[in-house]
Amino acid sequence: MAIRSTTAAPTTQRSVKDLRLGESGTICCLQDPEMALKLLEMGCIPGTQVRLNSRAPLGCPITLVLGDEDYTLSLRVSEAATILLKK
Amino acid sequence: MARLATISTVPAPMAVASSVDSIPAPHSRRGLTRIALVGNPNSGKSSLFNQLTGLNQKVGNFPGVTVDRKTGISQLTPQHRAEIIDLPGTYSLYPKSLDEKVIADLLYDRDSAQYPDFVVVTVDASNLRRNLLLFTQLADLGLPAVLALNMMDVAEQHGVHIDIAELQQELGVPVIPMNARKGIGVAALKIVMAQHLDAPTVRFYAPDAALLPMLRQIRERFDLHNDYLALHYAHQFRHISFLTPDQRQYVQGLVEKYGFEPTARQAQETIARYARINEILLNAVSVTRTERNEPYSNKLDKVLTHRVWGYMIFFGVLFMMFQAVFAWASYPMDLIDQGIALINSLIQTNFNGPLINLLTEGVIAGLGGVLIFIPQIALLFAFIAVLEETGYMARVTFMMDRIMRKFGLNGKSVVPLISGVACAVPAIMSARTIENWKDRIITIFVTPLMSCSARIPVYTVLTALVVPDEKVLGFFNLQGVVLMGLYLLGFLSAMFSALALKLLLKTQERSYFIMEFPVYRWPRWKNVGITIVEKVKTFVFQAGKVIVAISVILWVLASYGPGEALEQAEQRARATAAQQQLSSEQTDNRVASEKLENSYAGLFGRTLEPAIRPLGFDWKIGIALITSFAAREVFVGTISTIYSVGQDADMRTVQQKLAAEKDENGQPFFTPARAFSLLVFYVFAMQCMSTLAVVYRETKGWKWPLMQLVYMTGLAYVSSLVVYQLFK
Ligand SMILES: Nc1nc2c(ncn2[C@@H]2O[C@H](COP(=O)(O)OP(=O)(O)OP(=O)(O)O)[C@@H](O)[C@H]2O)c(=O)[nH]1
Ligand SMILES: [Mg+2]
Repeated sequence: MAIRSTTAAPTTQRSVKDLRLGESGTICCLQDPEMALKLLEMGCIPGTQVRLNSRAPLGCPITLVLGDEDYTLSLRVSEAATILLKK
Repeated sequence: MARLATISTVPAPMAVASSVDSIPAPHSRRGLTRIALVGNPNSGKSSLFNQLTGLNQKVGNFPGVTVDRKTGISQLTPQHRAEIIDLPGTYSLYPKSLDEKVIADLLYDRDSAQYPDFVVVTVDASNLRRNLLLFTQLADLGLPAVLALNMMDVAEQHGVHIDIAELQQELGVPVIPMNARKGIGVAALKIVMAQHLDAPTVRFYAPDAALLPMLRQIRERFDLHNDYLALHYAHQFRHISFLTPDQRQYVQGLVEKYGFEPTARQAQETIARYARINEILLNAVSVTRTERNEPYSNKLDKVLTHRVWGYMIFFGVLFMMFQAVFAWASYPMDLIDQGIALINSLIQTNFNGPLINLLTEGVIAGLGGVLIFIPQIALLFAFIAVLEETGYMARVTFMMDRIMRKFGLNGKSVVPLISGVACAVPAIMSARTIENWKDRIITIFVTPLMSCSARIPVYTVLTALVVPDEKVLGFFNLQGVVLMGLYLLGFLSAMFSALALKLLLKTQERSYFIMEFPVYRWPRWKNVGITIVEKVKTFVFQAGKVIVAISVILWVLASYGPGEALEQAEQRARATAAQQQLSSEQTDNRVASEKLENSYAGLFGRTLEPAIRPLGFDWKIGIALITSFAAREVFVGTISTIYSVGQDADMRTVQQKLAAEKDENGQPFFTPARAFSLLVFYVFAMQCMSTLAVVYRETKGWKWPLMQLVYMTGLAYVSSLVVYQLFK
């Protein structure tokens, strides 16, 4: 099972930040080890599905819907950028 | 990854780790069972606490309402009473912020007198996956537990079906479905809570075998009953409050010797737990989705956090709040005012003597000066309670984060800033949910600049004195607009002070904003009502105590003077009065003024006068400023006491007394320049002992409260000076 990579990801890999409104993706790994601890606790586990639900009026933060419509999480764009997507 | 299973089915790798676990829990020392409520933020712990104890702990629809622990007594069965502890919410046993640390502190120390006999773990049934993470950690600590499966109504709405029997089997603890908001299931929970609970036997995660040698040594040194607890010592020895420096050094030595990598281990643990939880949920939970499940919350958000409407609605809400507080509240306020004046004149016509004066002019007028603001304070608290109960507060946090960050704050700072409009003390405590040290310190530092409800009396009295009661643009009340301006001034000064601190303070720590977004809920009107009553009660009683105390002290200081000073003053006054052929009433007034000026209080005021004269203040205001340092509410009572000396008895309300005050040329003393200078002083000055005390407690030292005192008072002085010199 992919756990997480601490090394810089290849630039081609998309992150949650790149999702369009309403688009879903599957979490592949978390880039930032320290932030990863908080994100993991909140349910951003590799393999989980995420959907970009909304953006704040100024574009940041954003809200994500996690898993099978489990719940809504809000976080900053810079934090979303550390959550890489599969494929 | 190794498939983890319960001990009962796969004893092999984990039996070692858990065989010693079944040491009986320490029995409570006072005969009362001690039960802690633990769970994720916003999962309904405080609601449940209120149901169990009949108390009114604050409930709100956003994560991080409760930031400290609170205990109460519950009658579980006719024979069985238990002590219940409400705690802040946490997502895991690895605390990320100060409010979460409260739980770790409670559960790590088995020898502490506060250690619970067992825990009730509240989980949000509509979001079991994330909520069970904490439960599995608690179970692995070997704590006897009951699972309160809360928010069953929400789960049902979302089409989540939970097989209770299966879940109970998988988790190895009693599972009680319930709705803490309505009280459904509480009776069943009480029955289970009254029974003897053994430590759970199911384990969900075992530390890696490679760690066992290190954990063994930690267990031995600290006499711990369980490997998982030892693992937490290895992770958190720096933050565990009850460890001595020696003990910390010991753990640190081990951690270094064995090359323990806390971050990687913690990440592995969380992932392993989620894998295990997914297995459990696969068997115990099924979801049927008819339509998309939170349409109403999402639809509301489309409008309430809309790019344009979002901010407009927010400002509309704030504007409504101020209109309510300053326009609608005036009717009941007038009634109270007249009632107090009536009581006072009744007493004055029927009794006489110096103590009666103390009672009417000091105590009753001072209390009246506070009672009259009950309608405004009630409305203010009602508005804030509704913002918090609906979940709108979380949206405001979300919308403001980007802006707040520019000023060195955090979206979460909005909660303290808004509730600071009511009172800075709980507001400063609520900053505990801010993980980042710098964001939190800045928030604490600037929160007292928000105009709190204790400033309302000062604002209202002084504004009414110099601003005409007119409508502007045919709709807005001019006095209301000025009051709003004062609040705005407080807010802007908070923001710019934050900006300055942002540039001054250095930190390596990163700031983040990862927050659960609650669904909208209807406020519970009963709760809102209770909140209002409670808040008004504390406001009146606390202010009342200070006012009575200060009134008495002030009365004594105003009635006595050093040596012969008072007698001499009286003789002087009589002599001039005789010269000017004043009537006997005028003479008495003259004598009283002259005596006050030479009393101890007058002496204090006059000593201060040179320093505050550039601000337009005289020694009488000087006295009010000094007493206001105990608490701002005292202002009205103080000026009422001071200005009533030497005035005609029919000056009943404080406002009349102020309006009648003349300067040396016989003109009204309170010119707009003086009044605005005084208003600005009260906007900025740090005049509240309770706030200083809570900042001391929250920052663990005198550095920040003292800086606040100096900074705010300095700001007040300079601003008042500028205002008075420009407008006089
Ligand atoms: N629909 C529903 N709402 C509930 C239930 N229990 C609690 N609530 C609501 O959920 C919100 C959070 O409740 P609290 O009791 O403040 O939660 P808490 O766990 O103490 O939260 P923190 O103190 O922030 O950790 C409030 O708006 C409650 O009215 C329930 O069973 N069903
Ligand atoms: Mg609570």
